[in-house]
Amino acid sequence: MHTTRLLKIVVAGSAAALVLAACSSSSSSDSSAAAPESAAAASSAPAESSAPAEEAAAEVPGGPAYAGPVGAGEGQVNILAWPGYVEDGSTDPAVDWVTGFEEETGCQVNVKTFGTSDEAVKLMQGGGWDLVSASGDATLRLIYGDNLQPLNPDLVPSYANIYDDLKLQTHNSVGGVPFGVPHGRGANLLMWNTDKVTEPLDSWAVTFEADSPYAGAVTAYDSPIFIADAAVYLMATQPELGITDPYSLDQTQFDAAIALLEQQKALVGEYWSDYTKAIQAFNSGTTAVGTSWQVIANLAEAEGGKVMSTKAKEGATGWSDTWMIAKDTPNINCSYLWLEHIASPEVNAAATEWFGEAPSNAESCALTADKDHCTKYHAGDTAYWEDVYYWNTPTANCIDGRTDVQCVPYSEWATAWAALRA
Amino acid sequence: MTTTTSPPRGGFGYRHPNLRLAGLLTAPMAWLVVVYLGSLAALFITAFWTVDDFTGKLVREFTLQNFQQVFTTPAYLSAMLRTLSIALLVTLFCLVLALPLAFFMARVANPKWRPLLVALVLTPLWASYLVKVYAWRAMLQPETGVLAWFLDPLGLDSPGYGYLGIVITLTYLWLPYMILPIYAGLTRLPDSMLAASADLGARNGRTFRSVVMPLVFPSIVAGSIFTFSLSLGDYITAQIVGGKVTMLGNIVQTTYVTNLPFAAAVATIPVIIVLLYLLAVRRSGALDNL
Repeated sequence: MHTTRLLKIVVAGSAAALVLAACSSSSSSDSSAAAPESAAAASSAPAESSAPAEEAAAEVPGGPAYAGPVGAGEGQVNILAWPGYVEDGSTDPAVDWVTGFEEETGCQVNVKTFGTSDEAVKLMQGGGWDLVSASGDATLRLIYGDNLQPLNPDLVPSYANIYDDLKLQTHNSVGGVPFGVPHGRGANLLMWNTDKVTEPLDSWAVTFEADSPYAGAVTAYDSPIFIADAAVYLMATQPELGITDPYSLDQTQFDAAIALLEQQKALVGEYWSDYTKAIQAFNSGTTAVGTSWQVIANLAEAEGGKVMSTKAKEGATGWSDTWMIAKDTPNINCSYLWLEHIASPEVNAAATEWFGEAPSNAESCALTADKDHCTKYHAGDTAYWEDVYYWNTPTANCIDGRTDVQCVPYSEWATAWAALRA
Repeated sequence: MTTTTSPPRGGFGYRHPNLRLAGLLTAPMAWLVVVYLGSLAALFITAFWTVDDFTGKLVREFTLQNFQQVFTTPAYLSAMLRTLSIALLVTLFCLVLALPLAFFMARVANPKWRPLLVALVLTPLWASYLVKVYAWRAMLQPETGVLAWFLDPLGLDSPGYGYLGIVITLTYLWLPYMILPIYAGLTRLPDSMLAASADLGARNGRTFRSVVMPLVFPSIVAGSIFTFSLSLGDYITAQIVGGKVTMLGNIVQTTYVTNLPFAAAVATIPVIIVLLYLLAVRRSGALDNL
């Protein structure tokens, strides 16, 4: 008897919950239905040549930029960052550009690192973060998702010294309105353990071709965006596919990339998304060769690992990261103080040298510990970056400008990657 | 003899048992229904939606496309079977390890040591999950890991990173959840039954099969619910010690940012498997032992 009564209560409650769920989902569908419209309007504005720039700017998601002036700090700033971007001396006591900032501004820096852009997007959407160092495959999703606010460049004096080919790019601006301060850029590297690979490498072939001598000890980055790495290799080896932008693949090109990745899967020992796992795997020799970041090479060497890395001759995917401000941050002053701090020549030099990437601030080059740093990483070398394809978000509208075909959108990259990995 | 019915004594709640029950249950039921079942319902509903190809936003239109994709793509089906087989193997290994251990703790060891033994079984739960999995990554490492060091003299290789690595690590992680219910079941076993079995001429093996096992079976099933469902939903272990082997959870993790409806459809599968499992074990009475 008691159980039937309990059952009735549970059933009634479940029905109520379903009604609640339905109500909340319909109300949220209203708000998100509005977002794509405004996004579509913003992107169609340049097409209608009559639309004045001011009107396009008014359509920018995220609302107006902070008018300033930058006042006293709010006491804290919560930062989402790639590993190695916000160092407070806990990794290496000599590597610290946070403690000084905290003492100077009174802004306590709370940092959380992420391993993939997808993770960064999800964390930003969850809220509670003031700043993010976003790569190009995350930025547009965040901007059009209404998670970010535009930048007021006047409040960041160092912005003027940022290389021009990093500013107002498709991945960090909308309609001529900048979103954030560029941090640095780099290429995804071909890395190997010198105990396992005795000859210096210069081609991705050993990671993709079936006759690779390192079968079973190859590694690859565990993210759908890695499909673009296969596309870059295909651009060099199968020009008849006509790939011009690895983030803009039609179905034929996409299928060719997936086929190449299937072939690679037979060679792969393990995939990595956690960079500490990659360091350990390269150092121990479990992994002989594969894709890597410069920071992994640096940390692996610091731990005594025998590794080398290079940009492969086929070109490479890469990243161009930008510091962006959350739309509804309660710590706007601390956020702008951090932007100026991280973009200032001293800190930009220290941070990008530690991470192993090209600095974004032209004046940083004089301040690096290794005076050849900027030459090594080709900081201002426009030609070098021509075969480096910065991470971007694939959409059904081909990014490379083709209008006769539809490209494969990122949601399908994700399911294709999941199917490949399963 | 006549009985006089005295008026009910007690307060408001005593006179209104329904209201009393409602008052007691409203808060926990609201939590269970809205937060717990509500989120499951939201997950289930999302699985019937899709995403816009251009903006990547959710499109709230009913479609079976996600389930169709999950159940017709061989890669996802094999991931499903692989995950199921990992969960079953982990449960089996946990059972094989937990039975003798729990029997020793409950029936053989001096009773005054029992609390200490239980505490020792629980100690691994005090450490972080990630620390334990990374420790296993170091131990499983081919050629130089601890397991390789142990197995090498026997002419064997370390299982390395992969299917077996996942099974070993998960078995380690969830073993306490199997030991404790079996231990509890065995301590409840009356000595008189074992004595009676011996008096009737049964040897140890027969007593174990015909007396002990039927009595602790519900406890075993209770433990298996933990090990099975925890293994079924795990994905971090697969990421760290799985090499290139993936489980259902990894598919959800790869797709949930860019294609939430598809991830929801995949996530529904383990829920259904666990529900079927719970229905199957309900008759054993194991749910009374949880």
